[in-house]
Amino acid sequence: MTTTEATEPAGPTEPVEVERTIESPTERAQRIRYGSILLVLAAVTILLAATTGDGRAAFGLLGGSEVLGSAAAWVGILVLLAATVAAVVLPFTGRAPRATAALAPLLLLFAVMFFKTKGSASFSVPAGATAWTLAVLAVACAVVWVLRVAGGRLNGLLGSIVVIGFFAAFLCWAVAGKNLAFPISNQFQGTLNFATPLILGALAGVVCERAGVINIAIEGQFLFGAFTAALVSSTTGSSAAALIAAAATGVLLAALLAVFSIKYLVNQVVLGVVLVVFATGVTGYLYDEFMQENAADLNTPHVLTAVKIPGLGDIPFIGPILFNQTVLVYLMYLAVAVVTFVLFETRWGLRVRSVGEHPKAADTVGIKVSRVRYSAVLWAGVLAGLGGAFFTVGYGGAFVKEMTAGNGFIALAALIMGRWHPIGATVAALFFGFATQLQSQLQIVDTPIPGDLLLMAPYLATVVAVAGLVGRVRAPKADGEPYVKG
Amino acid sequence: MHLELSGLTKSFGSLVANDSIDLVIEPGEIHCLLGENGAGKSTLMNMLYGLLQPDSGEIIINGEKVVIDSPSAAIRHGIGMVHQHFMLVPVFTVAENIMLGREQTRGGGVLDRKKAYARVRELSDQYGLHVDPGALVEDIPVGVQQRVEIIKALANDAEVLILDEPTAVLTPSEIDDLIAVMRQFKEAGTSIVFITHKLKEVKAIADKITVIRRGKVVGQAEPSASEEELAEMMVGRAVELVVDKQEADAGDVQLEVRGLTVIDERGHTAVDNVDLDVRAGEIVALAGVQGNGQTELTEALLGLTPVAAGAISLGGKNITRAGTRERLEAGIGYVPEDRAHDGFVGSFSVAENLVLDLFRRAPFSAGVALRTGEIERNCEERVEEFDIRTQSITLPVSSLSGGNQQKVVLARELSRSLKLLVASQPTRGVDVGSIEFLHKRIVRERDNGTAVLIVSTELDEIAALADRIAVMYRGRIVGIVGADTPRDELGLMMAGASKQEAEVEATEHPTTLGSME
Repeated sequence: MTTTEATEPAGPTEPVEVERTIESPTERAQRIRYGSILLVLAAVTILLAATTGDGRAAFGLLGGSEVLGSAAAWVGILVLLAATVAAVVLPFTGRAPRATAALAPLLLLFAVMFFKTKGSASFSVPAGATAWTLAVLAVACAVVWVLRVAGGRLNGLLGSIVVIGFFAAFLCWAVAGKNLAFPISNQFQGTLNFATPLILGALAGVVCERAGVINIAIEGQFLFGAFTAALVSSTTGSSAAALIAAAATGVLLAALLAVFSIKYLVNQVVLGVVLVVFATGVTGYLYDEFMQENAADLNTPHVLTAVKIPGLGDIPFIGPILFNQTVLVYLMYLAVAVVTFVLFETRWGLRVRSVGEHPKAADTVGIKVSRVRYSAVLWAGVLAGLGGAFFTVGYGGAFVKEMTAGNGFIALAALIMGRWHPIGATVAALFFGFATQLQSQLQIVDTPIPGDLLLMAPYLATVVAVAGLVGRVRAPKADGEPYVKG
Repeated sequence: MHLELSGLTKSFGSLVANDSIDLVIEPGEIHCLLGENGAGKSTLMNMLYGLLQPDSGEIIINGEKVVIDSPSAAIRHGIGMVHQHFMLVPVFTVAENIMLGREQTRGGGVLDRKKAYARVRELSDQYGLHVDPGALVEDIPVGVQQRVEIIKALANDAEVLILDEPTAVLTPSEIDDLIAVMRQFKEAGTSIVFITHKLKEVKAIADKITVIRRGKVVGQAEPSASEEELAEMMVGRAVELVVDKQEADAGDVQLEVRGLTVIDERGHTAVDNVDLDVRAGEIVALAGVQGNGQTELTEALLGLTPVAAGAISLGGKNITRAGTRERLEAGIGYVPEDRAHDGFVGSFSVAENLVLDLFRRAPFSAGVALRTGEIERNCEERVEEFDIRTQSITLPVSSLSGGNQQKVVLARELSRSLKLLVASQPTRGVDVGSIEFLHKRIVRERDNGTAVLIVSTELDEIAALADRIAVMYRGRIVGIVGADTPRDELGLMMAGASKQEAEVEATEHPTTLGSME
């Protein structure tokens, strides 16, 4: 360093040099932990391949309508391939987060399915050979991960290949030699179904916790939403009224959470659990006392029907999955986009994040910390209430006691696994939805695995995922901390 | 803007933090508020900034009585504040931090980042502050973070800028830059209230000095007053600013560090291939701006953080892989830099804290039971010896003043026989009277033949204690120099210059504080 530079301490204009060539002990531990999980997955994949039966594995697809000519289909395939390449390349140029690469194998898979839907409604592959190919690929990727080739920049892609390879090999193993085709389109459609309430709940959690209020009460908001939607839909016959009422009761429980945590500084974890118990009690009581006896009048909600979006709904494979859904699912799409945009691009979002990270700093620039927190918790109530409505009017129909069955807590897990980011939480919720749907599909296909064990799978996956990922996530700094002035 | 505080009083329970304080700040003046930690300076400024409400008294701006009941009211009245602990959101960018609370939007509440960036650049260029609007605050050095805070206040059109202990985190040359910026503001007509307990800075920059002691204004002073006079006003009695100490009688090498490398949690090299020797009976001071690896180095010495490479030996014995308790038992005493967090258990009594690392052995325990009688007796002795001011030895340590808390920590560490004492920021947040005492005790420990390693960011402290000075910058030791090295040279080395470069540069460009010596 020359003397002239020495007179400018700490280099005012240059940021601190960040050297990432050496791995910290924590990063190393993390790499080995995820690496071991991936290696275990890869090993299980080999085991699956080795025990895969003879014959072919058949997969069923919902064909697209013939509206799309073959030229349009080719364009679609090219678009998907281009997106695949972009997902791999963009993280390298720093224009997209590393995790984007995880999308690539999925997009590629979609491109293949897209092609397959032309003509026949199902296809089959040689089960053993496919499973072995996938197993070798999974092992290779897991090993590359552990060896930290390319400084970890390929991690998104590698992890995704191992996970997808595992599931694909598992399917080959499960349906090898069976006459019944595994319905792939159904698998994805069902994923979306199961994931919708999880996503809405997780988004509610994101908004709350970004503002610094821990929301354990999502499960309670679900129950309130489910109950109210069923009741209002049955009595008024209006789906719109049902959704609005569900959102309103979500807000009602959110208001309790807000008042007690923000004004009375009650421990937010304890408060959340209490609110869940409260919601379970109230809905259970009302159900037993009134709803069950007058089920015909009070508990026969009108289930939302799927609405096909013209044009988009006609795309082969993708169309029926994404664009032939109920209003609630479309609302969920909108919610993901809106929450992401609002949190990161608007004044309100900036203030919400500031009171969740450093409320005192927000206070010193004249932001009313409590008011911002109230608004965040109440708006989140709308999302959670809508998520609850899905259980009755969105999918299941009649209300049943405790029908949300812990989904509120799974939404919470999705929020943590998604690192308090709306997109991350959505991806995590989709993963949980996928696992749940897989389990219900496999029961139909008649696999050698007992159903109860399969029912456990998504929850086990939750534990593994949250345990494996929770180490490097960073919650909002002031999450769960009440703000007292002065 | 003409600002007058009249009879401001604020009590917390039985403690009167501010007792009828009067203060006048003229337009374009740099007004220093001098007082010890806990004298009530911050309380006063928090009232002015609307974070606290006075019990009685008035704030008068340009002849009109105003009520400042919130920070936004203060901002509206043209008062800006740079807090001692920065009020910045670490995960936000510079621009986001500056626009927070006064966001410009493109309609519909959508942030207009382009405008925000332009505004930051404009203010940054106007005052030569060199701030990148797109950088994340957690990634930029503290000196730059402080400039962000200043820009934040400027963006709100502040006419009075309160700087609360602004130099605590800066290198000497950064302090010089800050002084230059403050003079620029003064010329532009902005008044500055500069809160500090550092005498040299006050003399270098103040137009007017108001001294506060125990919540009361004890008087005004001129910048021409001597440091001794100012210190006496501040403390209320004559104090020795420099400890009397003999030439060190250094013996064998006690601590030997070779090639020590520590990687922090974020994967950065915090300590980079450090070699360091500390001999018995000498004090080596580790100088450097906060965050240049000193914390990690001391933690590695204690075994609190894993070592990536290198070796540490104590009295010729390799302890690189030893656990923390083994190291303590091998004769290391440790005064951690954040005493409230790592130095004691706040809710435990003084007596309990004094045996935190001793209770395991006789005479403080017998089998599984603690011998409370012995613990109390030990406490009474230590309280006497270290002049720990506490109403009762059963009071929780957190109720003591900073200086007395630090005495508890030092008393505990020195109650074992030590080979090496590692003391990080031994007098941070400690009143002048206690500093004097703590320094004397550290020197006496040296004279007893203990090797002492002091980590400090305060050059005054380093000058007072060190026999040799090791300067640390970005994890490396840039040089080991004698105790008589001039302040400006140390300052330049703390910014990464080598000894030779610093010597040349310091004579060519003396800083304001350095040339006062």
